[in-house]
This record gives sequence, structure tokens and C-alpha cells, in this order.
Amino acid sequence: MRILVGVKRVIDYAVKVRVRPDKKGVVTDGVKHSMNPFDEIAVEEAIRLKEKKIAKEVVALSIGPTQAQETLRTALAMGADSAIHVEVPAGELERVQPLHVSRIISKLATEGKFDLVMVGKQAIDDDCNQTAQMTAAMLDWPQATFASKVEKDGDYLKVTREIDGGLETIKVGVPAVISADLRLNEPRYATLPNIMKAKKKPIKKMKASELGVDLTPTIEVISVEDPPVRAAGIKVDDVDTLIAKLKEAGRV
Amino acid sequence: MSLASRSKVIQAYKNLLHLGKNYPKGYDFFRQRLKSAFMKNKDVTDPAQIEQLLCKAEFVSKELEALYMLRKYRTLKKRYYEDAPPKSST
Repeated sequence: MRILVGVKRVIDYAVKVRVRPDKKGVVTDGVKHSMNPFDEIAVEEAIRLKEKKIAKEVVALSIGPTQAQETLRTALAMGADSAIHVEVPAGELERVQPLHVSRIISKLATEGKFDLVMVGKQAIDDDCNQTAQMTAAMLDWPQATFASKVEKDGDYLKVTREIDGGLETIKVGVPAVISADLRLNEPRYATLPNIMKAKKKPIKKMKASELGVDLTPTIEVISVEDPPVRAAGIKVDDVDTLIAKLKEAGRV
Repeated sequence: MSLASRSKVIQAYKNLLHLGKNYPKGYDFFRQRLKSAFMKNKDVTDPAQIEQLLCKAEFVSKELEALYMLRKYRTLKKRYYEDAPPKSST
């Protein structure tokens, strides 16, 4: 089984995101970026499937500017065998939307004869949660989204999914698309020696146009706003005032 | 110090420096601490003691990896799963 795992380079989870003055996006220049944490979980799961001899090969894929290669190096350092970098100039990055990503993934998955596509359930920058679903639709493959456990069951994969208020176990035939939820596994750390070794692993570069994917946006961003600031609280002198204030606010 | 342990120590130092790039209090804070921790033992010559210190370096790097993983997990959990029932231990 060959696995294609999608990784996205996003603003690091620990960075405080600032909205750009033109309100069409967020400030990305000079901001620390790293691999989308949900994609890290997907990479880890793919590698674990390889370690369990269920999968033969793990190929990481990233769509983005030149720096996306660093993200791919991280995936390679974690244990992926090779990588594909679909290069999109930094200025055009905002034109790339989940629809285009899933078109690229489905194209590559067909051409590369992959049996499994794994992605994080969503990216922490746009929170779209669309790529896995749309990829499955385009490939006409079964999908197992929000996976919290993946096991082999004969020719099938048994996937436990996180759903509202509980878990659901489903059986999917390969080829399939799986999206990783937070509790699927604990991703390993890309250590320095492994990053060095990963530099020898191959990264194949391509362009979206070579795959016949048109990157014309279908969604227009109208405005990006900061979340509302939490209003300051007040201090009360005694219990009576507290109760009076609560009554005023209609809480008791 | 023998040549072999010298390269091991340098490797451990480099590895920790790499880990320090993600340190919550900043890289500079981490680097200064790391340097002084290594410099403190610069006169150690006993091979057994060097080995012991290398083990400590390994332990610290494992701890750091665990710290980062937990920190990331907790941040994401807080950000995306706030409806989950609160744990009694928090």
C-alpha cells in the first residue's frame, strides 16, 4: 500500500496572529511557520502504518511557496520516504483554496497509484475542514474523516471516528481518504539528526499547471476580523452587591 | 576528553540547541542556560562522569520533546474542543 499524505505550511500554533490592515488576510511576513499540527498527526499515522508493514511507502505532499520545502523536510525527518512539492509563488498562495488542493491531491493520487490519502482534518489557519471530503468525492473513494484510530481488518481498514458525543467505527475499503483528528496519535519530534538525514531524501518539484489544475479562486474573502475582545470584569465589595449585580444582569 | 566523547558532547549540544528554537521562553533564554549548563562541566575528564552527563543531556532532550508535544496538544484541545466536558483534575 502506498500512502500520500498532505501537509500544509501554516503560521505556528504558538504565534499570535495579527490581521492585515487591509482586512483581507493575516500578517504572514516574518512570522514563524510550521507544519499544520493535524497534518503532523496524519504523517505520524502514515509512518506508523509503514512501521506495522501495512504500508510500503509514504509520500508527503505540500502545496505552497519555496518555504513549503522546510515543512516537507520535517515530514521526511519524521519518516516519510519521499516528497512532492507543488510550487505556488508566495504572492499567489491566497488564491489556493481547498477545492484546488483536493484537485491537485486527487490528480497526484491517481497518477501515482496511491492506495491511501491521509490529511489532517483541518488546517489551523483557515479551519476549512474541506480538503479530505472533496478529495474523496473527486476520486470517488470512500472517506473516513476525523479518524481517532486506524486498524487493518483483512482487506479493509477499520477506522474509529470522532463524532458528536461519541465514537463511530466504520470499515472502509482501500483506496480511501482518511482525515486525522487530534487524538489519533502523538506525533514524534523531528530530531536534528533525522532532519540532516532527510536532506538526502528526494523532493519532486512540480507546478499546478503541469497537473492541469487551474488556480482561479472560487471564493472571495470579503473581510477578516479579529475576534471580539473580552470585556473587562468588575470587582464587587460584598455578597449583597454581587447578588444585586447578578439580578441586574438577569442571571439569578 | 577522548575524541569520541568530544563529538558526542558537541552532538548533544547541537541537538539541544535545535530543540531550544521552540522553547516557550524564547531561544535566547534557552541558549544562555544551555551554554552555562555545559560550561559548568567543562573541566570534567572522568569518562564515566562524561557518560553520565551525556545521559542527562539525552534525558533533557526527551523531556523537551514531551513538553512541546503536550503544549501543542493542550493548545489545540483548548482551541478546538472547548465543548468537551471539563476534567475534574484541572
